[in-house]
Amino acid sequence: MPDEIPADSVGIVTPATAHFDQPLSLTSGGVIDAYDLVYESYGELNSDKSNAILICHALSSNHHVAGYHSIEDTKPGWWENMVGPGKPIDTNRFFVVGVNNLGGCYGSTGPASINPDTNKPYGPDFPIVTVRDWVESQASLADQLGIDRWAAVVGGSLGGMQAIQWTIDYPERLGHAVVIAAAPKLTAQNIAFNEVARQAIRTDPNFRDGRYYDFDTEPDRGLRIARMLGHITYLSDEAMREKFGRDLRDEKIDFDFDVEFQVESYLRYQADSFIGKFDANTYLLITKVLDYFDPAASHGGNLTKAIAKAKADFLVVSFTSDWRFAPSRSREIVKAIHDNDLNVSYAEIKASQGHDAFLMKIPHYLDVVSAYMDRVANEVGA
Amino acid sequence: MTLQLDRTDFAIIADWIKPGSGVLDLGCGDGTLMAYLKQQKQVRGYGIEIDDDNITASVKNGINVIHMDLNEGLSEFDEDSFDYVILSLTLQAMQSPELLLKEMMRVGTEGIVTFPNFGNWKSRLQLSLGGRMPVTRTLPNTWYNTPNIHLCTIKDFEELCKTLGFKIIERRAVDHVHKSSLGLKLLPNLLGQIALYRFRRA
Repeated sequence: MPDEIPADSVGIVTPATAHFDQPLSLTSGGVIDAYDLVYESYGELNSDKSNAILICHALSSNHHVAGYHSIEDTKPGWWENMVGPGKPIDTNRFFVVGVNNLGGCYGSTGPASINPDTNKPYGPDFPIVTVRDWVESQASLADQLGIDRWAAVVGGSLGGMQAIQWTIDYPERLGHAVVIAAAPKLTAQNIAFNEVARQAIRTDPNFRDGRYYDFDTEPDRGLRIARMLGHITYLSDEAMREKFGRDLRDEKIDFDFDVEFQVESYLRYQADSFIGKFDANTYLLITKVLDYFDPAASHGGNLTKAIAKAKADFLVVSFTSDWRFAPSRSREIVKAIHDNDLNVSYAEIKASQGHDAFLMKIPHYLDVVSAYMDRVANEVGA
Repeated sequence: MTLQLDRTDFAIIADWIKPGSGVLDLGCGDGTLMAYLKQQKQVRGYGIEIDDDNITASVKNGINVIHMDLNEGLSEFDEDSFDYVILSLTLQAMQSPELLLKEMMRVGTEGIVTFPNFGNWKSRLQLSLGGRMPVTRTLPNTWYNTPNIHLCTIKDFEELCKTLGFKIIERRAVDHVHKSSLGLKLLPNLLGQIALYRFRRA
């Protein structure tokens, strides 16, 4: 708990739930008849509704982008460094919306929700969704909030992929796309890591073909391994060396399989704090969302053609030590944008923290985003 | 880069550029030139920069800036993508000026290059009589800490253009306050401190 809420925080925030009765036709061919999306918003929507910013989340995060849910809250939202009064995405100027995506496990309809057809949790029957489906559902949320056009859609990692998809699917409905630490599609190596994570979950005896809710068990063991693996890919070799090196937890080697090295302790801690909070079926689902993202696929693999209809201005940001979505992946995005003569700025940030850098307080990174968002704000008179 | 062009040079470059053109500005600094061209000539295009502070400044100046190392070439850009490719006071800091000039003529129709003229009499005097590497207003660094690793004279540059098959369309030589004069027109390599060129493939 912070002793008091910092002045540059949005403060205590309360999530809201939007309900949708319009069936959503999914890329996979399935349909979701009705669904809920849980979201948070910060700042004031101006009279012409032109200052709205959509924040899209990555694999394991959610609608709680900034602020605290209560004074007892130990941690603020996941992008507290980016969003707040006077921060790069300035809530004094913008109306900022964070939404938990469809298939999530923080209140939006997902695998753990009750399937109205069976009165049991969906489990493995929850249809596979895609980034396109998410954008579709986010557009419905925009409709419900009375937002015709986002001043910007902003996201890191998988969130950045959603921002790209927005420019393709709704070119008229956003002014800017801010694409941070993203990639135009996953590499075989990326997919391989996801598959190991999925196998860890699916081979856990408690997984029970995804119907673990009915047995009152959870595939914690598998989810823990998936999370540990994920964290290895979020950090760089350099960051791990700096953070842990070969430091031991208790000064000497014990010659057993208990926690000895600090890095083991870190991974176990990350795993422990993930289980009970995150649904394993959602984890499976979202790794699939990542694997399937490839807007160029329907254009013969040509990303330039895929974004030909886009009208947004872009800011693309990458981090030098990010090997999950390396700077070269962002450069592919930048090339496709300038090949279409669209406006784009690109910053490659020197950072040792790996993929996780997009969440961190890195001065040059925050300065660039801040300068860019200032332009966005001036454009919409915010 | 410690070198600075003032508005007079921007005005010369701006004069050369047709309104509404596509421009790539290599080593765009804080984006002043691109912002000026955007405002005065309604150009579209991108600035390329590698320095963090300059990238932030360029974003603040409202231009498109792309973080890229010019020493790696311009492979990200397709052939004939721009009407003009500008390289202002950056050529002399490149690892391979020849390669970059070729790249400029691959992605652009016309090239605009400005560089500090090492053939200027002050440089000649300091080297020939003083016996020291020149330090001048346009080349303020000492030999051991200068980013300017490929200095050349007006004659040198023109010879390289010939070798590369570039046709020089315009040349200006200006003094350190970026003014031209009759003397500069007659003896550009001796009197010129900064040289400005516009060229295309022959």
